[in-house]
Amino acid sequence: MKSSTATGVEDVCRKFGNDRTRMMDIVIAVQRRFGCVSTEAMELIARACGTQRVEVESVVTFYAFLSVKPQGRVVIRLCNDIIDWMKGYQDVADAMAKELGVTMGETTADGAITLTHTACIGMSDQAPAALVNDVVVTQLTPERAREVVRDLRRHLDPSQLVTMVGDGHNAHPLVRSMVRNNIRHRGPVHFAEFESGSALRRALARPPEAVVKDIKDSRLRGRGGAGFPAGVKWELARHAPGERRWVVCNADEGEPGTFKDRVLLTERAHQMVEGMTIAGYAIGSDAGIIYLRGEYRYLLAYLEAVLDERRRAGLLGRDILDTPGFHFDIRIQLGAGAYICGEETALISSCEGLRGDPKNRPPFPVEKGYLDLPTIVNNVETYCCVSRILLQGAAWFAAMGTARTTGTKVLSIAGDCRKPGVYEVPFGITPDELLEMAEADNPGAMLIGGPCRQMIGPGRFSGRICYDDLATGGAIMIFNRARNQLEIAEHYLDFFIEESCGHCTPCRVGLIQLKRLVHKVVHGAGEPADLQAMRDLSRFIAQMSRCGLGQTAPNPVLGALDGFPALYEGLVAERKPGLLSTFDLASAVVDAERRVGRQSQYV
Amino acid sequence: MSAKPRIATVSLAGCFGCHMAILDIDERILRLADLVEFDRSPINDYKTFTGRCAVGLVEGGCCNEENVHVLEDFRRHCDVLISLGDCAINGGVPAMRNHVPLRECLEEAYLKSPGVYNPGGVIPNDPEIPLLLHRVYPCHEVVKIDYYIPGCPPPADAIWSAIVALLEGRPVELAYAGLKYD
Amino acid sequence: MQFVLDGKTITATPGQTILKAAEAAGVYIPRLCAYKDLIPHGSCRVCSVRVNGRIQAACVQTVSSGAIVEHDTEELREFRRDVIDLLFVEGNHYCMFCEKSGLCELQALAYRFGITAPKYPLLNPKRDIDMSHPDVYLDHNRCILCGRCVRVSQDLDHKNVFQFVNRGLEKRLQVNGEALAATDLRVTDEVVASCPVGALMKKRVGYAVPVGDRPFDAQPIGADIESGKGGVA
Repeated sequence: MKSSTATGVEDVCRKFGNDRTRMMDIVIAVQRRFGCVSTEAMELIARACGTQRVEVESVVTFYAFLSVKPQGRVVIRLCNDIIDWMKGYQDVADAMAKELGVTMGETTADGAITLTHTACIGMSDQAPAALVNDVVVTQLTPERAREVVRDLRRHLDPSQLVTMVGDGHNAHPLVRSMVRNNIRHRGPVHFAEFESGSALRRALARPPEAVVKDIKDSRLRGRGGAGFPAGVKWELARHAPGERRWVVCNADEGEPGTFKDRVLLTERAHQMVEGMTIAGYAIGSDAGIIYLRGEYRYLLAYLEAVLDERRRAGLLGRDILDTPGFHFDIRIQLGAGAYICGEETALISSCEGLRGDPKNRPPFPVEKGYLDLPTIVNNVETYCCVSRILLQGAAWFAAMGTARTTGTKVLSIAGDCRKPGVYEVPFGITPDELLEMAEADNPGAMLIGGPCRQMIGPGRFSGRICYDDLATGGAIMIFNRARNQLEIAEHYLDFFIEESCGHCTPCRVGLIQLKRLVHKVVHGAGEPADLQAMRDLSRFIAQMSRCGLGQTAPNPVLGALDGFPALYEGLVAERKPGLLSTFDLASAVVDAERRVGRQSQYV
Repeated sequence: MSAKPRIATVSLAGCFGCHMAILDIDERILRLADLVEFDRSPINDYKTFTGRCAVGLVEGGCCNEENVHVLEDFRRHCDVLISLGDCAINGGVPAMRNHVPLRECLEEAYLKSPGVYNPGGVIPNDPEIPLLLHRVYPCHEVVKIDYYIPGCPPPADAIWSAIVALLEGRPVELAYAGLKYD
Repeated sequence: MQFVLDGKTITATPGQTILKAAEAAGVYIPRLCAYKDLIPHGSCRVCSVRVNGRIQAACVQTVSSGAIVEHDTEELREFRRDVIDLLFVEGNHYCMFCEKSGLCELQALAYRFGITAPKYPLLNPKRDIDMSHPDVYLDHNRCILCGRCVRVSQDLDHKNVFQFVNRGLEKRLQVNGEALAATDLRVTDEVVASCPVGALMKKRVGYAVPVGDRPFDAQPIGADIESGKGGVA
């Protein structure tokens, strides 16, 4: 007789057509149903999908939210980003651990609750925050943390933790989340009224080439941070040979400190999906994928409902808006906790049911992307821009911003300020202006674009937010003068080490060695030569790594070295000849002393 | 005191194989004796330094507190310190215990391994036995090392040419055939 | 088509990688994860070159007409050396008793680059050895995650014995079964000979070639390509 696991796993596989390219969906569903993807389950999946167990295992072990070993029925994932630390992460973590009687990473003895941590979950404006299974809990205090644990012990139902819902669609019955939008400044592109179908009608009234031209004329650059011209990308994909083309939306904003796509997904889902549909029309595609980060699973049911609503309204599906031959539909691909999947080729790997390893380039996704077919990948904000450009015209859009970075930008501002939240502002705005808007508190530094970009000091607060000066995918973090830049750099090195896919040597091994050097200096054992060694190793990792993660991971270290040199220089000193500063005999013998019960005669 | 440059050698957590390799320079040892004076070394059985040395050759890594003490002493007395052989350079065979907790190492050695007769189940604690470090360190993770001659053991020619280079005031450079890790 | 490699004009065929085109012209670009005609992995980064100013893996990057490629520069030598250094300290490489010594490509590259000691602190990870298979063993201590075995098993042996699991520094090789013995690996499979280091080894044939006669004892790795006799891999 078949075990219940076997029946359950086979059901899941069947639901996804026993298709190995849908491996992410399969393993996420199995994880959800059984609390892990066990060896037995992996065997079953492999058999159903015509692959090998080790293939399945390679996927399961890649993503932080998937697990081969059983986890608690409820998994509490405390967000450990730097902003959460600043807002009291440690006290919350201690309170939870004590209340649960476990240490970080452990499960309670009854197998009910697991406590662990996770990277930025896109809630920096309401930190400290945590994911309790899919439920987002924000603005935690030690007292609230103890309450959460006590409540969970009673009912083991995370949804009951939501006693007050947030504003806007956070209160929608399919969302029902305590998350707040914190929209602080509304601009004309994203936060003006949007009527479903209005932009698409404009697009369909003209030939696809004209729509591509509109996007090119608007000089819209990808909002993810790299700033590649969207129109150029579309044109390349449009002309690339392939039986089908794909439109992919990157809704995996994982850059620490970024949360503006969360708000756009909540409040502007129609505008975004419409932008994707317009892209489909423009490049000749009939299918799209929204890659939704696992952290935002609480928005999944709502987004599915939006897609359904649009299908019913004739805005998705076959012969859209009665345009013969224009078919386009979208599926949502969930992620499962991997920062690297924000990188477009890693995202494509993940959509294909693989580990989130970036791919070698060339070929580029516009030629060979999802399933080796021409694919455009743009993010949530970019597609929202597309809809507005179609409504208001390329010239209207291009008139905003700076000469080379047109339009507005939605920023996520958090940290040491009184008004953390989402701000839609024209490109070209200065950090000084942002600090004033957000009512910053004694600002000493700003992390523009998250740890992969740059930490700036007051000397650059009069710069401009645009691709030619201070580029950002949306994250702006404010640090007051009391914050230790070195600790921040070390913190983010840990983040990149944890999130590295491990494919290439410079990133996989180089980062851990860079971390050792930084740690040595931060803890007062550094020598002047270490500063140069840090620069050399940073440069090596940045130049030699295969993808953007490794190429940008040393930026927090370089930013601190360049922007705040006095900090490092004050910590290093020439050492006396003799034992190296990194070698500590006392700690090297302490274990032996304890074992044999005698003190070292040399310490 | 002789005006000749002085050389010291030591075997820390090593097997003396590298010292055998020094002797492998064969008849050149007579020329070496003309060129240098041996200070602290198992070759002449001097247990302590008698003066400042031009060159110190260190075999073996640091597995215990005494190794560290001796290595520090070598650093203090030698102008140029050379890690001689793989154990000094990367810990070598003794470093294979580095991922095993010290407790397990001691229990394996004194209590559990086949052939052990230890009815009292006592892990020896004589002050003569140096305390083990929690892991084996290569020498350059303990003190500054100037040159490395890898090999297990290093080729005698490599040792000879390194010493001659230093005595002639040249940096140590290994020819392709002199650079071996086995 | 033609491109410029360190100032010399080299002729290449369209679609050829920089690595292969250079090799055909008698220029050895050091490499580790590249193997025969497998789809390039681009993971070790040893073959990094500057293509029109930007660093690219020569095993992945195809030649574009008129490209200016820098290969034998001091900067790139340093960078490649660093990669080799990092691979050594990442694993547990005990050359003194390794059966692969003298035939190992990682060791041979370290010789070629004149590396005498690890530049970075050793990580000394705890890793396993899988001796379960009657004819082959897998020593994870020596694995450098080059992915040759993953690709050879898939593309040449048409099996799927190996894959990577975990990510980042925790990334490691995994076999399709409880242990190697539970897989369909045969000692005759091409994959067994493809490992550049001593991670995947045939049993009972160690130390077959005497010291002094091994491939890299007298001549550095790549010397065959530089002498125009073609590559080994």
